[in-house]
Amino acid sequence: MKKMLFALLFAPLAGLLVARAALAQEEGYPLDHAPIDQRDLVSLQAGARTFVNYCLSCHSAHFMRYNRLEDLGLTREEIEDNLMLASDKIGSTMTVAMTEEDGKKWFGVAPPDLSVIARARGADWLYTYLRTFYRDPKSATGWNNAVFPHVGMPHVLWALQGERALETRTIKEDGETKVEYEWKQLTPGALTEPQYDTTVRDLVNYMVYMSEPAGLVRKRIGVVVLFVLGILFVLAYLLKREYWKDVH
Amino acid sequence: MDTAKPRRYNWLFFCRLLPLRIESNFMSDNEKVDKTRRQLIVATSVVGGAATVGAAVPFVASMWPSERAKAAGAPVEVDISKLGPGELRTYAWRRQPVWVFRRTPDMLQDIKKDDGVVSDPNSEVPHQPPYAKNEYRSRKPDLAVIIGVCTHLGCTPVEKTASDKAEMGAAWNGGFYCPCHGSMYDFAGRVYKGVPAPTNLWIPRYMYLSDTKLVIGKDEEGEA
Amino acid sequence: MASRMAALRDWIDARMPTLGEEYRKHLTEYYAPKNFNFWYYFGSLALLVLVIQIVSGIFLTMNYKPDAALAFGSVEYIMRDVPGGWIIRYIHSTGASAFFIIVYLHMFRGLIYGSHRQPRELVWLFGMLIYLALMAEAFFGYLLPWGQMSYWGAQVIVNLFNAIPYIGPDLALWIRGDYVVSDATLNRFFAFHVIAIPLVLLALVVVHLLALHDVGSNNPDGVEIKKHKDASGRPLDGIPFHPYYTVKDIVGVVVFLAIFAFVMFFVPNGGGYFLESNNFIPANPLQTPAEIAPVWYFTPYYSILRAVPPMFDSQFPGVLAMGVAVLIFFFLPWLDRSPVKSIRYRGPLFKIALAVFVASFFVLGYLGTVPTNAWGQFGAWLGDAQRATVVARIFSTLYFLFFFLMPWYTAHDRTKPVPDRVTAH
Repeated sequence: MKKMLFALLFAPLAGLLVARAALAQEEGYPLDHAPIDQRDLVSLQAGARTFVNYCLSCHSAHFMRYNRLEDLGLTREEIEDNLMLASDKIGSTMTVAMTEEDGKKWFGVAPPDLSVIARARGADWLYTYLRTFYRDPKSATGWNNAVFPHVGMPHVLWALQGERALETRTIKEDGETKVEYEWKQLTPGALTEPQYDTTVRDLVNYMVYMSEPAGLVRKRIGVVVLFVLGILFVLAYLLKREYWKDVH
Repeated sequence: MDTAKPRRYNWLFFCRLLPLRIESNFMSDNEKVDKTRRQLIVATSVVGGAATVGAAVPFVASMWPSERAKAAGAPVEVDISKLGPGELRTYAWRRQPVWVFRRTPDMLQDIKKDDGVVSDPNSEVPHQPPYAKNEYRSRKPDLAVIIGVCTHLGCTPVEKTASDKAEMGAAWNGGFYCPCHGSMYDFAGRVYKGVPAPTNLWIPRYMYLSDTKLVIGKDEEGEA
Repeated sequence: MASRMAALRDWIDARMPTLGEEYRKHLTEYYAPKNFNFWYYFGSLALLVLVIQIVSGIFLTMNYKPDAALAFGSVEYIMRDVPGGWIIRYIHSTGASAFFIIVYLHMFRGLIYGSHRQPRELVWLFGMLIYLALMAEAFFGYLLPWGQMSYWGAQVIVNLFNAIPYIGPDLALWIRGDYVVSDATLNRFFAFHVIAIPLVLLALVVVHLLALHDVGSNNPDGVEIKKHKDASGRPLDGIPFHPYYTVKDIVGVVVFLAIFAFVMFFVPNGGGYFLESNNFIPANPLQTPAEIAPVWYFTPYYSILRAVPPMFDSQFPGVLAMGVAVLIFFFLPWLDRSPVKSIRYRGPLFKIALAVFVASFFVLGYLGTVPTNAWGQFGAWLGDAQRATVVARIFSTLYFLFFFLMPWYTAHDRTKPVPDRVTAH
C-alpha cells in the first residue's frame, strides 16, 4: 500500500523531467553539448579575453564588474592592463559606448545585454549558435545562423572560423520528415575547426560564469552544508530514538 | 467500531444558521428585549458601517490608474516609407504593441481563403473602427494596423507564415499564433474557429497623414 | 541556574499565566496519536518553510527595488554584489517551490487519511484558505523579478478577470492600475507580497492550528484517540506533542533541509521548473516569449483553463472551470460520504478514483508546462484537433469527476472494518 502511494506520487515526476528534456530537442537545428567546465580557470580566463575583445564592443554586461574577474585567478593589474579600456575603473561594470538607438539603427535590434544571457539561453544553445553562422546573401548583414534564423548580429568571429555555407535538405523517410544539414567551408579562418571550437567553448564557459558568478563557489559551499546537515541528522536521529524509547 | 451507515448530511442544516439575531448572542431568551438598546445598536451599526465603507473609498480609489498612467496614451506617428512587402514592425501605443504590417498580394489572397476557417469573417464584433470593417480589416488593403494583443488573455501573438503548415496544421494560410494558449489569427487579425480566443484582434483608430506617414490612436473623429 | 530559571518561570506565571497555559495546551499536554507516519511530517515542515520564506524575504527586501526600471537589475545586484545575497535569493526561490510541494503533500495526506472529515471540517477549510492565500502570495511574488515570465504570467492572470461578465474589464484595470501590467502594477504587487498577504497567511495559520488543537489530530487509521482515555483523561493512544513529536519532527526537518540545500546549491533552477530561463530576460511589454508557461505549481489549473474552449464569444467558461477546480476542494468534507476515513479501510472504488485523480493532476500539470501544439495534431478524422488539447480535456473531465462522483462512489464502496484503537506504529 505504502509503496503504491509513493510510486503514485513520485514516478510521474521523473517522467516529467525526461519528457521536458526530450521536447526541448524536437525542433530545429540540433544543439551540440557544450563541453564547459567551471573549474577550468585557464579556459575561463581565455573566454574572458575573447568576450572583452569581440563581444564587448557592441554588447554590454551591465551587471558584471571588472574586479569580479579576480574570481578567475587574475590580478587587478592583469585585468586593468589586458581586459579594460583605459577610461574604465576597476570597480565599474562592463558597459558599452553604443547607445540603444545606434544599435537599433545598425542592426535592426539593439544588441541585448549579455550579463545573464547564458541563464536565459543555456550553454548548449550559445555553444551551437556561435559555431553555426553561415553566409546568406539574402540577409542584410550577409550572415545568417542555423539556430537563430534571421539573426541581426553578423558573424563577429568570422576571421577565426572563416566563411561557411549551409545546405538544408528535407528528407521524407517512412512518413517522417527529417532535415539534414551540410556545412561547406568557403574560406579558411585563422583557426582550425578544433581550435575554433575550443575558443567558443572557453567563451561560453566564461559567459556561464558571468551569468552566475556565485556558481564557482556554490557547489563547494553546498558540499559543506550537506556535510553539516549529515552530522546533524545523526544527532537528531539519536535524540529521537532516545525519547521514543518511552513510547515503544 | 466506526462502521456505521454512510453519513447522510442534511443539506438544509445550513439554512437553520441563517436567521441569526444580534441580541441572541448577548441575552438569554427570557430576558426582555430592550427596544431602545436595540434601536441604538441598529442605528450605530448602520452609521458605523457606512463610515467604514466611506473610509474604504480612498483606498479602493487609489488603485485605479493614476493621472500619470492615463496621460501615457498619446497618439503615435509612424513612418512607413521604409516598410517593405511582407515586413512587420511593432510600435508601442498606450504601451501596447501595435503591428504595422505591409501584406504582400499573396497574403491578401490567403486572407480570402480563410473565410471558412475564421469565426467572424465579416468582423461583426465591433473590434475595429467602421472604416476597417471590410475584407482586409484595413484602410488600404496592403497595410494592416493591428493591436498585437491576443483577445484571450493579453499575450502578443507571433507571425507564422504559410510555410509553417507543418507546425500549424493543414488549414493554415499564414497569420499570427499566440504562444500562451495557442490561439490563431489570419493576416487580417481574424480569429480561427475552435481556439481559446473569442474574438478578432482589435484594430485601433488610425489615419494616414500622408502616403508615407500614419498616426495611430487618432483619426478624423478624434483621439481614442 | 536551574532554580533561577524556575524562579523566572514563577515570576512570569504570577503575572501572565496565559503563557504557561498555552504552552501546555499546545505542546506538552497536546496529545497527538502515537502512530503518525511519514505523511505527518509535512504540517510542521510547512510551518518551517513559512518561517524560511519570511526571514529570507525580509532580507531580500533590504536590497530589492520595486520599480519597473530597477527591479530586474536589483535582483542581479542581490545575486552578485550583495555579500551572501545569492544564497538568500536561492533560499527564497527554492522555498517558493518547496512550499507548494510540502503543501500539496500535506493536502494529499489529508485526503488519504480523511483528515478533512468530521469533526475536522474547519481545520480543512482554514487549510484551504491558507492554500488560496499561498497562491496569491506566489503569484504576486513572481512578478517581482520583472523578467519575461514574471511579466507575461501577470499579464495573463490579471486578464483572466477580464473574462468575468460586466465588471471584468474594469476589475482587471483596477487590479493593474494601468492599461497594461506596468510599474504601478509592480509596486502594488510588492505591497501585497511583502505585507498584506503574509499577514493574512500568518493569521490563517494560527487559526488552522487552533482549530486542529481543539479537535485533535487525525491519524493514519482515521480513528478518534479521544474515545479511549485513561483515568486522568489522557488519550490512551496519544503522546504529548512535546517532546515526542518535536524530536521526531527535527529529524524530518533535517532531512528536508538536506534536500532543500541540495536543490539550492546544486540545481537552483530546479530543471527549469523552479527558475524559468525566460525569466532571465528583462520584461518586454511588446513581445511575448515564444514559450510561456506559469510556474509548475499552477500548471494543473492552467491546463484546465486552456482545455475549455470559448463559448458564447467569451472565455469565461474556462476561467470559471479553473476557479471551480481550485474551490471545489472546499467542499470535500461534504462530498465524501464514506463511513471510514482512512484509505487503509476504504474500498477499491476510492483507491481507483484517487489514483485517477493523482494521475490527472500530474498529466494536467505537465501539459500546462508545454505549448498546446507540443504533441502535434491528430489525423484528419479527428478534425485536426491538437493532441495535447484533447488529452487535457479528457484529464480535466477526470479531475472533476473525482469530485462530482465522490458522494456516490464513497457511499457505495466496499469498506473494511475499522479497528477500535490505532494499529501498530
